[in-house]
Amino acid sequence: MPAPIRLRELIRTIRTARTQAEEREMIQKECAAIRSSFREEDNTYRCRNVAKLLYMHMLGYPAHFGQLECLKLIASQKFTDKRIGYLGAMLLLDERQDVHLLMTNCIKNDLNHSTQYVQGLALCTLGCMGSSEMCRDLAGEVEKLLKTSNSYLRKKAALCAVHVIRKVPELMEMFLPATKNLLSEKNHGVLHTSVVLLTEMCERSPDMLSHFRKLVPQLVRILKNLIMSGYSPEHDVSGISDPFLQVRILRLLRILGRSDDDSSEAMNDILAQVATNTETSKNVGNAILYETVLTIMDIKSESGLRVLAINILGRFLLNNDKNIRYVALTSLLKTVQTDHNAVQRHRSTIVDCLKDLDVSIKRRAMELSFALVNGNNIRGMMKELLYFLDSCDPEFKADCASGVFLAAEKYAPSKRWHIDTIMRVLTTSGSYVRDDSVPNLIQLITNSVEMHAYTVQRLYKALLDDISQQPLVQVSSWCIGEYGDLLVSGQCEEEEPIQVTEDEVLDVLEGLLVSNLSTPVTRGYSLTAIMKLSTRFSSVNRIKKVVSIYGSSIDVELQQRAVEYNAMFKKYDHMRPALLERMPIMEKSSSNGPTEMVQTNGETEPSALESKHPPPVTQPTNQANDLLDLLGGNDVGPVIQTSMPTKPPSSGGELLDLLGDLSLTGGPTSAPVSTGPPPQPGFLLDGLSSQNLFNDISAAGIPSMTAYNKNGLKIEFTFERATPNPNIAVITIHASNTTDADMTEFVFQAAVPKTFQLQLLSPSSNVVPALNQGTVTQVIRVLNPQKQQLRMRIKLTYSHKGSAVQDLAEVNNFPPQSWQ
Amino acid sequence: MINAILIFNNHGKPRLIRFYQYFAEELQQQIIRETFHLVSKRDDNVCNFLEGGSLIGGSDYKLIYRHYATLYFVFCVDSSESELGILDLIQVFVETLDKCFENVCELDLIFHMDKVHYILQEVVMGGMVLETNMNEIVAQVELQNRMEKSEGGLSAAPARAVSAVKNMNLPEMPRNINIGDLNIKVPSLSPF
Repeated sequence: MPAPIRLRELIRTIRTARTQAEEREMIQKECAAIRSSFREEDNTYRCRNVAKLLYMHMLGYPAHFGQLECLKLIASQKFTDKRIGYLGAMLLLDERQDVHLLMTNCIKNDLNHSTQYVQGLALCTLGCMGSSEMCRDLAGEVEKLLKTSNSYLRKKAALCAVHVIRKVPELMEMFLPATKNLLSEKNHGVLHTSVVLLTEMCERSPDMLSHFRKLVPQLVRILKNLIMSGYSPEHDVSGISDPFLQVRILRLLRILGRSDDDSSEAMNDILAQVATNTETSKNVGNAILYETVLTIMDIKSESGLRVLAINILGRFLLNNDKNIRYVALTSLLKTVQTDHNAVQRHRSTIVDCLKDLDVSIKRRAMELSFALVNGNNIRGMMKELLYFLDSCDPEFKADCASGVFLAAEKYAPSKRWHIDTIMRVLTTSGSYVRDDSVPNLIQLITNSVEMHAYTVQRLYKALLDDISQQPLVQVSSWCIGEYGDLLVSGQCEEEEPIQVTEDEVLDVLEGLLVSNLSTPVTRGYSLTAIMKLSTRFSSVNRIKKVVSIYGSSIDVELQQRAVEYNAMFKKYDHMRPALLERMPIMEKSSSNGPTEMVQTNGETEPSALESKHPPPVTQPTNQANDLLDLLGGNDVGPVIQTSMPTKPPSSGGELLDLLGDLSLTGGPTSAPVSTGPPPQPGFLLDGLSSQNLFNDISAAGIPSMTAYNKNGLKIEFTFERATPNPNIAVITIHASNTTDADMTEFVFQAAVPKTFQLQLLSPSSNVVPALNQGTVTQVIRVLNPQKQQLRMRIKLTYSHKGSAVQDLAEVNNFPPQSWQ
Repeated sequence: MINAILIFNNHGKPRLIRFYQYFAEELQQQIIRETFHLVSKRDDNVCNFLEGGSLIGGSDYKLIYRHYATLYFVFCVDSSESELGILDLIQVFVETLDKCFENVCELDLIFHMDKVHYILQEVVMGGMVLETNMNEIVAQVELQNRMEKSEGGLSAAPARAVSAVKNMNLPEMPRNINIGDLNIKVPSLSPF
């Protein structure tokens, strides 16, 4: 068998290959030769073969048949063999293969070898790919080597110990005694790796952290020596003495000082010194400064130091070097939460970075800009961000659009501005907007009651221009379906109203249905919109025709909808207006991330934000239940209590009459309706015992009053006004008892004239404790659409000292603000 | 922690690959390709930091690279490493290679892949920085190479075979073999 070719020959041969196929052929031939050479158990040439195998492995060819050969090499006595054998083991083997365990014994022997380089090789291999079993077996050896005086081995042992701790955290205590005098080493390599070991131990265990806090003075001293010592040729990198060690020490100081005042105190001086004395002309100086800044921000440093740190970052931002700017933006992002005001000062520089050509810097600047947006700078920032959205790469658009929506929601100065911003985003980057923004936007538009006409007009115009951006089309068709009547009547206040006929609107919507650009979801939206218009427009026949055509559509979704709508026209025509009426104002779901407390009541809204119809279908029937109660009888309407059972549903006709009373300002049904049984996904009125969250107009505007004060029972009324409907007054009664006996079975009932509607929620309890020890509270909601003076008749029943007491009273002294 | 160190040329051909975390071989090649795509798109005057690709770790990982003539040196690191520090480390590594190979060029890396690995082993161990002092690294590598040379090295097997035979102790051959009347003279062979 001729001697296997040398590595150099092989490389030369492979390089002459002109195509991938040629190369593959050569390599396969060589692999076959190597395999037969391995079979012959040839000791002299094994190292050469394994070297060639590793080269081929790097190029991407399978080399697993060399694994055992590596082990044989490791077991050999020659240094050459061991060197290439260990390298092969590190590259080809890993802990998933059981073969690696065979190495354990070899490594153990080599760790005690007489030659330090062999020991070094063993440490290196163990530290790179030692599995947990191997680490457990060999940890003792590593610990022994950690105490040796040979600095070459000591530094390797330190890093090997880090690997062992990562694999088997329980062994950490074993290395503790060896760390005692690690820091007194002179050799920088050992110092460096020791600091790494200490860092790892501190990060993993809070006990270790407190144990090592006492090392802070020593670390500070070492750092000082590094800075103060003059030029030392062996550690010098571009004029700074061992910057790598400085950076490592600073990082360890950061971890040690993090929540500890004393340690932070001890570090203040040295940090200030490093921050002011380090030269910034080269990258190394900046690396140290950067680490210093991060440390200052993380520990409990004094404020002067923090200001210094932020100023350094500000200087970094203006640096010409892109890397420095990138690094500055990253750290500003970390500190913006804690030192918001300081970072605000650099806002203009950050916004300029949005225009940088570098993708990484743009991304960082965008994230930071969103973090800096607040109520004061929203208009200016949004202008910049929208400009950025127009011109940025597609990979940014989705994130930027979501960020714009979030920021607009939080800080919008006016509803019109908010809607304009949304329109701008939809029209410019509509196709990159995330799917869940469509329901969010729809909800937002519904809730901005006075902007409906303006919104629908702008959306209609946008739709005429471009129907390719699906989110825009979906939102537009939904709005046209809801507010089509406003569109046609030309009622817009904010803008020049456009003249649109019903037919034109229906043309556009039908166009969406047939267009190739519309997705099935969009088609569903437009079909529903057309259907809704059947109650708002007069050209019902055209709509009937469209709906019946889609009753045989191939798309199952569309077909189902069309068939149901058809049924609505035929059998349930009397219910159609009720079913298709305006959507009420929707509650924002708390599952949508960081939302304001203003409108949420803590409950998630499962189906409220869907584009389908379930909400309005259930809603009107509820209305029917409750309002019917009010319809019957005397001029003082009866009380509705939340515990009442549901009444049988009535026909829709009476519903219509009733609705004629209530002024349809886009969200009238947010009024005291739809209480129903608990499982109902009622919108606003679930959990209204947390009523106070809901109202953001302060009750301080309306003075409270005493409604009843007799026989020791005092009832006070406090007022709030519920938004968004100003016609609802929310009264909270507070019942207190000045006698010396509790009033049990306390029931409060109220009735109002027919022009009002009243809803009483459950009381906090039905025992009024004696001697003013507590109050019973209960919430009343009164709808007062005609703004008449509020009058109320109340009835109280309770048990006091064994006897039942009942009383009736009239309350007339409502303050004028409560009903105006 | 350093997750991977990759060196490849302007066409994406790998010159050195070292992963400090387990990846299947197929995945390793995919990572190299993906990294090459990301890094080769970069202009020369942008920053040296990139978010990592989808294959290698998650959002915690960054690619820090430097472009020297025909080679890209790419380090994939996580957030525990200082970005600017790694840039300096790449510089130290390249300068060390320069010292070891005397004006290093791509061909040196191609033909001495194993030596480059040994040098790297003295700088980074198990994904952590071991030694940053150039002279120290060069000295250690030199000593080890000398040890290897004294044993004959990888390609010295035939020479070893020759020297082994040279040192063989052949029993003395008789100069004159007397078989009766015949007188055969055996030529004297010099020991080789």
